[in-house]
Amino acid sequence: MPVFEYAPAPESRAVVDIAPSYGLFIDGEFAEAADGKVFKTVSPATEESLSEVAHAGAEDVDRAVRAARKAFGTWSALPGSERAKYLFRIARIIQERSRELAVLESLDNGKPIRESRDADLPLVAAHFFYYAGWADKLAHAGYGPDPRPLGVAGQVIPWNFPLLMLAWKIAPALATGNTVVLKPAETTPLSALFFADICRQAGLPRGVVNIVTGDGSTGAELVAHPGVDKVAFTGSTEVGKAIARTVAGTRKKLTLELGGKAANIVFDDAPIDQAVEGVIGGIFFNQGHVCCAGSRLLVQESVQDELLDALKRRMRTLRVGDPLDKNTDIGAINSAEQLARIRTLADAGEAEGAERWAPECELPSTGYWFAPTLFTGVTQAHRIAREEIFGPVLSVLTFRTPDEAVAKANNTPYGLSAGIWTEKGSRILAMADKLRAGVIWSNTFNTFDPASPFGGYKESGYGREGGRHGLEAYLDV
Amino acid sequence: MSEKSEKHDERLSVLKTYKLFVGGTFPRSESGRVYEVTDSQDRWLANAPLASRKDARDAVVAARKAFGGWSGATAYNRGQILYRIAEMLEGRRDQFGHEVARAEGLSRTKATAAVEAAIDRWVWYAGWTDKIAQVAGGGNPVAGPFFNVSSPEPTGVVAVLAPQESSFLGLVSVIAPVIATGNTAVVVASETSPLPALSLGEVLATSDLPGGVVNVLSGRTAEIAAPLAAHQDVNAIDLTGAGEALAKELEIAAADNLKRVLRPQPVDWAADPGTGRLLAFLETKTVWHPMGV
Amino acid sequence: MTSDYARRYAHLVTMPTTVPAYGTEAAERLASMADVTASDSALRRFLHGLPGVDAVGLQARAATLGTRSIKTTAKAYAIDLAISMIDLTTLEGADTPGKVRALCAKGINPDPTDRTVPRVAAICVYGDMVATAKEALRGSGVQVAAVATAFPSGRAALPVKLADTREAVAAGADEIDMVIDRGAFLSGRYLEVFEEIRRVKEACLREDGTAAHLKVIFETGELQTYDNVRRASWLAMLAGADFIKTSTGKVAVNATPPVTLVLLEAVRDFRAATGVQVGVKPAGGIRTSKDAIKYLVMVNETLGEEWLSPEWFRFGASSLLNDLLMQRQKLSTGRYSGPDYVTVD
Repeated sequence: MPVFEYAPAPESRAVVDIAPSYGLFIDGEFAEAADGKVFKTVSPATEESLSEVAHAGAEDVDRAVRAARKAFGTWSALPGSERAKYLFRIARIIQERSRELAVLESLDNGKPIRESRDADLPLVAAHFFYYAGWADKLAHAGYGPDPRPLGVAGQVIPWNFPLLMLAWKIAPALATGNTVVLKPAETTPLSALFFADICRQAGLPRGVVNIVTGDGSTGAELVAHPGVDKVAFTGSTEVGKAIARTVAGTRKKLTLELGGKAANIVFDDAPIDQAVEGVIGGIFFNQGHVCCAGSRLLVQESVQDELLDALKRRMRTLRVGDPLDKNTDIGAINSAEQLARIRTLADAGEAEGAERWAPECELPSTGYWFAPTLFTGVTQAHRIAREEIFGPVLSVLTFRTPDEAVAKANNTPYGLSAGIWTEKGSRILAMADKLRAGVIWSNTFNTFDPASPFGGYKESGYGREGGRHGLEAYLDV
Repeated sequence: MSEKSEKHDERLSVLKTYKLFVGGTFPRSESGRVYEVTDSQDRWLANAPLASRKDARDAVVAARKAFGGWSGATAYNRGQILYRIAEMLEGRRDQFGHEVARAEGLSRTKATAAVEAAIDRWVWYAGWTDKIAQVAGGGNPVAGPFFNVSSPEPTGVVAVLAPQESSFLGLVSVIAPVIATGNTAVVVASETSPLPALSLGEVLATSDLPGGVVNVLSGRTAEIAAPLAAHQDVNAIDLTGAGEALAKELEIAAADNLKRVLRPQPVDWAADPGTGRLLAFLETKTVWHPMGV
Repeated sequence: MTSDYARRYAHLVTMPTTVPAYGTEAAERLASMADVTASDSALRRFLHGLPGVDAVGLQARAATLGTRSIKTTAKAYAIDLAISMIDLTTLEGADTPGKVRALCAKGINPDPTDRTVPRVAAICVYGDMVATAKEALRGSGVQVAAVATAFPSGRAALPVKLADTREAVAAGADEIDMVIDRGAFLSGRYLEVFEEIRRVKEACLREDGTAAHLKVIFETGELQTYDNVRRASWLAMLAGADFIKTSTGKVAVNATPPVTLVLLEAVRDFRAATGVQVGVKPAGGIRTSKDAIKYLVMVNETLGEEWLSPEWFRFGASSLLNDLLMQRQKLSTGRYSGPDYVTVD
């Protein structure tokens, strides 16, 4: 036993009150699904059932879209300054209730409370605060003197950052005068339902925000609904392509934020200790359930040994376990299904000849867990170098020259993000120029901000979220 | 030319063999096929190459090969080359006026006006090359010690289905914004009026434009567009020249590698084009760097 | 962690044992690296070849470690460990033997109502107070540390600094806290700084062949950049420092978690390269238990338990002790304590 063993430091669950069941939030009211269907949402850390949630079918989606349509006229006609105030209210209420929401998010998603508290929630509030300010300044955004909203936005979000992805979708949509029907992920519906209550507290007019919970079929209904003018989706590339086919030939405007297989490139002149932190944070933040995760480490051959030693040393200090423990670094894998996928790909990595390493770490016996894992001897041909694992698994590849690093980094259908670590400024700029990815982090990784546009090249999707650029997705331009 | 040839006291004119423009060269269709192009009165004008899917493939290869150099050229350099295209066209105003008049059944005056507008359009986009990044990008005031800047970059290889009706002004209006920002293009000319597009290739070939930046194919739009929309090495597609049913089919095919799709919409080619077509084929790249001593 | 370094000294990296910086073996190992300190230019090349430090990333890492929540048993352990690591310090112009004796008494028995409280590591005083402190601490196991070399500015001629050191050692100092010549360092005269440390280390030798342990203070607030702090750390360790220490406590910016993290990384890498273990002492501005525990977390997660003892980690502090004592009382009684229940010094 280590001499300085941190005692458990659990965040109190008492701050959040989860009801035994939740309905759909349509037209300002909670209602059961028309066919009465429900599904359970579980805590991935314990497999305990947290609540029962209504499963929206076609009829419910239709009702939600109609409610949003009805609300659109009044909402879009409001002066921007009034819409702004609603959004500012929402931002403030989120700040007030941030501890509650952070605990809820960690319970439903499995992410460490340190991250939901220090990353997710502050970014959620900031996002609403940022777009609130745009609502009455759209004429100055570079989209013409009087840019118009599109109408009803159908938004489908993933389970990795449930409330943050909600914020990325809803804040710009409302600021620009659209109304929304949002479908949270099947495994993480709760924070969106709590957000419905925040809308109530903020006095948001009914029908402006509608939340329909369910699985992929609910999302498909929403995307295909003829009353939807705008579709925004964050999730897998596979589903993104299906959505692109669904909206083909319609007038629906589409933005997609999809998968990634980012290269984190470490040169031999990198600030090595910070590079180690960046690589660790790049792949282990949020259990690696991050579309822009730095899942491919490209290390210059001249420093690979010392970097790998340092990475392993650092990985040994990662604390895996109870998401509500304030000292946990890596929480639970979000679902049994995702765990199975991570295991399959990790096994494929071994089978294809890469060398697997993980620090000794005791995993809880219930819930879904995967130890932070490193693969060395990975080549571009390995599945673990090509496919998005979406878990705490890092594939290490090497390079000799900057050109080789660029070639390998770009050798993927994805193009969401990339990392560069070197102390040489001109090399950073040259690399950043050549990398085909929407977000380039140099000497940092996984930093986010509502003012900073985010989104991919190639099969990582299209459209940008965040910043002035993020308005375009919701304007008729 | 046929009317001239009827007068036996004048010399017999030399007809032009129209060819594709791919990778800076003028090949015939690899299929060996041609199709008859007529004027608005159904009179024979020329045999145009009937490009095949393999021609489309070759054009994509050429466009991809040209992308690195063209996107890596300075914006100033691209602007000068686009302006050079306008200069070259200016000298061939009569030729294009003639071709457009016959292709679209316009009076010489109207056809000349269209050609002049097209020349001016090159000038308009020549000036945009080194300005669009400032309009579409900029610094982002993030809440932390970071330098953060967004800049637009070209999407890559863009398949362009040129408008069917406006064989030259419309054509130029869809090509110029695509290449101004550093993309390379595979252009499918108007099916019924491809000759001005094929002649434009001759101008592009003598305007310092690197080979492969613009590739022009003539033939059946649906036949050529299908492999382009499905091609995994094409990054975007402008569906302007596709009808409703074809556009939907192509958009579905384009989803396979998530091409950026510009759907067909009614356009007044004579009007101020704005920045819409420039922005449609740009990606925003955001770069972060810490600020610390 | 310089690659050149690791390669060049691979034979040292693989040495099976770690030796303390204050042992005789350490000197031999350092001697084997004489080529990097052979000339000003060699030393400069070496120090400037160390990996850079990205300030923002460093600060972010220190801040994240600062969010660790140390509760109950872990907190009890950390508080006692922190107390045992304190160099309880008085460095006032107004110091008197009486004041020093009082401080010594407190260092031996920090909480008169609770004999289970560990003693502090050392009492840190000016050189003229060494004899008084030595006398007051006799048999207690608490060390006497003396600041030397024209503390805190370091602005005196080398012979004066050496005399300052020898006096303190002769008076019985167990440890010498010297300051480097920041002027020389900032103007790039690295070899001069190196030589000065080496000479002071020699001055720490006692007649019986033993030596006072040498702590080298960088005054990181004046060095300004983390790159400078990393270079100073390696320079001092190459010159034979037994401990590297952030600050005098006499300037505006003293120990901070990021600066201390750079020192921790330096001793970690130095041991990996040479097998020589060096201690770390943040000093100045650490006043609360919460702060002290953050530092211990940083040591724990950067260096591990091999540095979690007074032999390898110290706090240069004065008011910190009372806060630790109040927190300790809170842990054992369950109620918050107050300043009337700890002693004023």
